[in-house]
Amino acid sequence: MIEFDNVSFEYEKGKPVISGMSFRIEDGEAVGLIGANGAGKSTIMKLLLGLVYCEGHVLIDGTEVSKDSLHHIRQKLGFVLQNSDNQMFMPTVYEDMMFAPLNYMVSREEAEKRVDAVLARLGLEDMKYKYNHKISGGEKRMAAIATILAMEPEAILMDEPTSALDPYNRRLVINTIRELEQTKIITSHDLDMIYDTCERVILISDGKIVADGRAEDILRNKELLEANHMELPLSFCAR
Amino acid sequence: MEKALSELGQMDELAVMESPIHDLNAAAKLLSTIVYIITVMSFDKYDLSGLLPMVLVPVLMYQIAGIPVHTCFYKLRIVLPLVMAVGLFNPFFDRAIMLKIGTVGISGGVISMITLMLKGVLCLMASFLLVATTPFDSICAALRKMHLPRTLVTLLLLTYRYVGVMTQELAIMTDAYHLRAPGQKGIHVSAWGSFLGQLLLRSMDRAQELYSSMLLRGYHQHFHYAPGKPFRAKDAAFLILSCLCFILLRHINVAELLGSLIVR
Ligand SMILES: Nc1ncnc2c1ncn2[C@@H]1O[C@H](COP(=O)(O)OP(=O)(O)OP(=O)(O)O)[C@@H](O)[C@H]1O
Ligand SMILES: [Mg+2]
Repeated sequence: MIEFDNVSFEYEKGKPVISGMSFRIEDGEAVGLIGANGAGKSTIMKLLLGLVYCEGHVLIDGTEVSKDSLHHIRQKLGFVLQNSDNQMFMPTVYEDMMFAPLNYMVSREEAEKRVDAVLARLGLEDMKYKYNHKISGGEKRMAAIATILAMEPEAILMDEPTSALDPYNRRLVINTIRELEQTKIITSHDLDMIYDTCERVILISDGKIVADGRAEDILRNKELLEANHMELPLSFCAR
Repeated sequence: MEKALSELGQMDELAVMESPIHDLNAAAKLLSTIVYIITVMSFDKYDLSGLLPMVLVPVLMYQIAGIPVHTCFYKLRIVLPLVMAVGLFNPFFDRAIMLKIGTVGISGGVISMITLMLKGVLCLMASFLLVATTPFDSICAALRKMHLPRTLVTLLLLTYRYVGVMTQELAIMTDAYHLRAPGQKGIHVSAWGSFLGQLLLRSMDRAQELYSSMLLRGYHQHFHYAPGKPFRAKDAAFLILSCLCFILLRHINVAELLGSLIVR
């Protein structure tokens, strides 16, 4: 369970990025965070992961995110970065995938098994020994998702998972996300993807929650979306 | 320029090839390389004829490793001039004639310059061979086994990785520059300041994000280096034999020996 309790945050004094935000996400929920550029979506992710600290309380399974609980909390959360180039830092995909399990004291054999299982599940077996600087953007995104799955986190956070992907790879990522049974929090401007992967949507504007409800209701609300720099998902516009 | 740099960042691929040298234990290779470098450095600055046979060692090793010697010079082409520049002033300080070939006198300065340059090149070749035949992780693991401080080794590994990040940013920025400055060779002096500043900021941003990505995946002040090749009898043999060989080359002047054989 993930909880924001009256959270406020600013990078620079006097310019609040998140103001008095509260919400609660139950285990197994898939939630889409949407909002215009600069609304504060990535910042919410950073707050959850303890990369920045705030006023108010951020709770993961009832434990407050703080310096002391970081190691414990980060083990539960897998974060797919907006830019996969910054996520992968080992020479090969395989070494990158081994990184997290080894840090969490999983034995080398066990970690190897996990890596193979994840690669097989995503159909990426032939990527295993590829060099990170030699794979395409789409492949890198899939590899980044694979490294996070190898962590076996309880919840997965994804920042713009389908940006800069071609339709085929986008569909691949969407199908992969749909099959994950973990709690999922996904930010995106790709509202069709959000509609395909999330039952619940939280709409953010200027660091406040404007709407929180069923994806079906919010994503069909043309006035609401347009007031927040967004458009109806294409799948609703057709006809 | 950025191509030269990015090739430096792509050494990992050479390091996973297969050859008798690649197959050796990292610690054995590391120690042998250190002994070689110390031996090369210990030659007297006028002892060019003694130093020359040391060239054979890297040449032979490159052969066995299946890495063409010129890849070393090609990949290191931006560092090479720096190494060569070291002895450049010697001829001006040391003008005493040491050797006469026909009527041309060669001063001690020229000889010591050549000796110094050769020493630099040999050390470079040896270090390159080590990095080119050993995954960097294994070198770091070996350094840790030798009880070097953890922080130092981690720093070394991260520096090695960040060179890659820097070069990627550099490549993106030079491309962006040239697309808007067609027909210009290099980057104009007036843009150097902002260019370097931007490069530093961008690399730092990316380094920061990479580092948080490490933290988020449970990184806790120490790397779990891949185990690498174990230290076997043949590694011990390689280490002992190569060191013996270096010491012999150091103390027996092969060139002179050959010369005296021929004269007799
Ligand atoms: N490191 C930082 N320092 C100062 N201000 C920042 C920093 N990062 C973000 N901001 C500001 O915080 C606000 C929210 O940024 P955030 O990255 O959370 O937006 P976002 O909703 O993820 O936008 P996008 O859709 O463009 O990714 C923006 O106004 C941005 O200018
Ligand atoms: Mg963002």
